[in-house]
Amino acid sequence: MVISNQEISVHIKDLTKKFGDFTAVNKISLDVKKGEIFGFLGANGAGKTTAMRMLCGLSYCTSGEGTVAGFDINTQQEEIKRNIGYMSQKFSLYEDLTVFENIRFYASVYGLSSEKIKERGDMLLKRLGMSEHKNTFVKSLPLGWKQKLAFSIAVVHNPKIVFLDEPTGGVDPVTRRSFWNLIYEAAENGTTVFVTTHYMDEAEYCDRISLMVNGRIMALGAPDDLKKEFNVENMNGLFYLLARDTSTL
Amino acid sequence: MNSIKINNVCKSFGEVKALDNISLEIHDGELFGLIGPDGAGKTTLFKSLVTLLRCDSGNSTVCELDTVTNRKEIRQIVGYMPGTFSLYSDLTVYENLKFFADIFGTTIEKGYDLIKDIWVQIEPFKNRLSGKLSGGMKQKLALCCALVHQPEVLFLDEPTTGVDPVSRKEFWQMLRKLKEKKITIFVSTPYMDEAVLCDRVALIQDGRILSIDTPEGVIDSFSRDLYEIKPHRIYDVLKALYKWDKSYSSNAFGNSVHFIGKDDNVSVEQILSFFKDSGISVEYVKRIKPSIEDCFIEFMSGKK
Repeated sequence: MVISNQEISVHIKDLTKKFGDFTAVNKISLDVKKGEIFGFLGANGAGKTTAMRMLCGLSYCTSGEGTVAGFDINTQQEEIKRNIGYMSQKFSLYEDLTVFENIRFYASVYGLSSEKIKERGDMLLKRLGMSEHKNTFVKSLPLGWKQKLAFSIAVVHNPKIVFLDEPTGGVDPVTRRSFWNLIYEAAENGTTVFVTTHYMDEAEYCDRISLMVNGRIMALGAPDDLKKEFNVENMNGLFYLLARDTSTL
Repeated sequence: MNSIKINNVCKSFGEVKALDNISLEIHDGELFGLIGPDGAGKTTLFKSLVTLLRCDSGNSTVCELDTVTNRKEIRQIVGYMPGTFSLYSDLTVYENLKFFADIFGTTIEKGYDLIKDIWVQIEPFKNRLSGKLSGGMKQKLALCCALVHQPEVLFLDEPTTGVDPVSRKEFWQMLRKLKEKKITIFVSTPYMDEAVLCDRVALIQDGRILSIDTPEGVIDSFSRDLYEIKPHRIYDVLKALYKWDKSYSSNAFGNSVHFIGKDDNVSVEQILSFFKDSGISVEYVKRIKPSIEDCFIEFMSGKK
C-alpha cells in the first residue's frame, strides 16, 4: 500500500543511535499514520526513550533518516519541536502557578497570540469541566486532574502529533480510563498519538504497536494481528515472549 | 500472631487527610499487598510504620513494638525499601551493601542466606557505582540492602512502579521466594494485577481502606452482573454505552469493554440488540467473573 506523504506523521528508516560501543537504537524503521494511536512498547532499557528523543528533535541519530510531522529529523529539529506536543511521565506542569497561568505559559512558549490563548484556554477548561478552577494552584489539584490538564496543555497549540511518555503510571483505574478517552478524542480529531506505557491492557487500546527489545523492533502491527502472528492470548503474553529483561545489562 | 497492627490511624497534611482512620492487621509470615493509586496514602502509612513519621492519632505496632515509644527497637527489626531510590549513588554496589550491614552491626556473611538469590544477579556489577545502574538493578540492590540485617518484617513501597511487565514478574517471583523464608512482607503497588499474587490485600483510596480480604474474597464480594463486550472499535462501543440509559458503568479492559447494567436484569440479548439498533458491530457479549481492577473501580465509585 502506498500512503501519500500527507498522511504520514512519523516516518523513520534504519534509525540508529550509538553511545560509544553501545548501540542503544539499532536500525529501527516504522511509519505512523495521521490520526493513529501508536503504542511504543519495550522493557526498561530497551531503547524507547533514546528513540523518542530523536523523534522529538532532542538528539541526533548516528545514522538513518526520517521525518516527524513532515520535517526532517536530521536537519529540521526546531521545526519538529514547534509542531509536536510532549507530555512526560513525570508531571510537567508548574505546581506553584495556577491552572490558567500554566496554560498561558505553555501556549506563549508555542507562540500563540493573547487572543488565541484566551480562546483556546477557555475551550480547554470547559472541555475538562475545570472552568471554575481556572485560578486554582495546580499543586492543590487531584492527580487525575493534573494528568488531564497536562495532556490538554501538551496539545494546546494543535500539534500534528503528540508524544506521551508513560502518561498513566501510578494513576487510579478510573482516571486512567478517562485519560484514554482524551487520547481517543484527540486521535478522532486527527492528532497522531505516540504513546509509551507499561500497562499491557493499554497496549490493546492502540491501533498499532511496536515492541522494542535491545534496541531493535521485534514486533510491529495491530494488537489483534500480533496476537495471531505470535500465537499469544494477549499483549502480556507477547511481552513475556519477546521482551528479554535488559535491566541486568 | 500479628506482625503489624494498625489501630484507627489518622494523619493530615494541612487540609489533606492522607490517612483517614486506618485499621489493619497483618499476620506473621504473610505477603500482604496495599493496592491503590498515587496519592492514596500508601507511602504515608509505610513511613509511619517504619517510624519515620508520626501520626496525628491512633496507634500501631510492629512485632508488638509501638511505632512511637519503641522507635529504635523497630528500626532494628524492619527492612524498608522506599519508593524512590535511596542508596548512595557515589558508592559502589558492594560498598552500599557493606554500609547497610555495618550500620546494623552485622556482616554480609550473616545475612547472605537471605539475599543470596538476589545478590548473585547483581554481583557481576559489584564494583560499579550504584548511581550508574539500570532501574531493575537498582531495585535489586535496594532489596538486598533492606534484607542484609535479616529483618523480621519487610516494607516495600511501590517496588514495581515504572517497571516493565517482565521485570515486575521477576520481582514478584523473588518475593514469593522470600516468603518461604518466613519473613513478613508488606508491599504497596498501584498495579491492580499484582493483587492476585498476595496472600491478602487492602485496597486503599483517598486515605481510606475500601476492602481487606484475600484476592479471591475481594472478587467474590463483587455482587453485580458483569458483561464482557468484545468490540471492533473500543471507543465506538464506549461512546454508545455512555449514552445508554440502561448503563451503570462501562470501562475499557484491554481489547474488550466491561459493562454493568443499571439494574441487574439487563440481559446479553438486550445488550446485543442495543448495539444492533445503534448500528455498532460487536464480536460477542458474555457474562464474566470480575478482576481485582473491576472490584476497585466499583469500590471507588462508592456505589457498592
